Amino acid sequence: MANKVTNPTRMELTRLKKKLVTAVRGHKLLKDKRDELMRQFLDLARENMALRLKVEEGIKAANTNFVIAKAGMSEQTLHSALMAPKQEVSLELSTKNIMSVDIPQFEYKTKSADANDIYSYGFAFTTGDLDDAVKSLSDVFSEMLKLAEIEKSCQMLAAEIERTRRRVNALEYVIIPETQEGIRYITMKLDENERSTQVRLMKVKDMMLEEAHHYSERA
Amino acid sequence: MYKIAVLGDYDSIYGFKALGLSVFPASDYATGERILKNLVENDYAVIYITESLASGMKKIIDKYKEALTPAIILIPGVSGNTGEGVNGVKGSVEQAVGSDILFSQS
Repeated sequence: MANKVTNPTRMELTRLKKKLVTAVRGHKLLKDKRDELMRQFLDLARENMALRLKVEEGIKAANTNFVIAKAGMSEQTLHSALMAPKQEVSLELSTKNIMSVDIPQFEYKTKSADANDIYSYGFAFTTGDLDDAVKSLSDVFSEMLKLAEIEKSCQMLAAEIERTRRRVNALEYVIIPETQEGIRYITMKLDENERSTQVRLMKVKDMMLEEAHHYSERA
Repeated sequence: MYKIAVLGDYDSIYGFKALGLSVFPASDYATGERILKNLVENDYAVIYITESLASGMKKIIDKYKEALTPAIILIPGVSGNTGEGVNGVKGSVEQAVGSDILFSQS
């Protein structure tokens, strides 16, 4: 760029040329990375939306069931029924690498294998509605976990795509043109220097001939 | 070994207790933020938050958006669906593509 001072030297020229090669190569690579990230992201985003709608639907149904269950018995009974859960869930976290973005993969483990351990209460004082409510929530749970995994991946990919896009644009519209301009400037300046040296030499030769033979070549 | 937490008003989340998730009732945003900070430090990899509670805690939730853990996921509460979770997905698409090309018509 015009406002940037570049030393018109051969060393600087070599440096700029090397920089241009790197920038062009980097630009190509980042562009490929962006395209691939985008492809993966769009697939994930679609899946994310579908899963979210499904999970929201499921939770809504479960909530309705819980309201009904709550209506059928006293609050104290309900609270004491859910006070000491038998089941316990823990997560294993592994990561998957998509284009140098580490996205999480969750795998959940329940403390006991028995599916009926979600009912942490005696059946004598609770209504059947509570069983239904707990069951409906438990049904949607594995999808909720899948949603967590995919939504997190989406958020991370989106951030990475934004960053990559900025880098691609910075290279394409700033770094590469700037370097090319610098190279052009130095080449011009060096050529100009060479021409002026040539003229000076010719002039000196003229003067020396004049001194030795006392005649002017120009005449 | 990581754990799963559910954060929100008590009525919306007590059912998750039966499934074996850790339930943290929070009635106002300040409590919510305090609990969330605590959860992040304590190996909770997935944190579900009700949409109504999350609406006042956007700043702190956005802070953890790019980190690997925790995954903070919005779920509808008992009072209904505010559409905040769906907006989050649309927001991601907008951030990545520049405009919402996938779900803008629906």
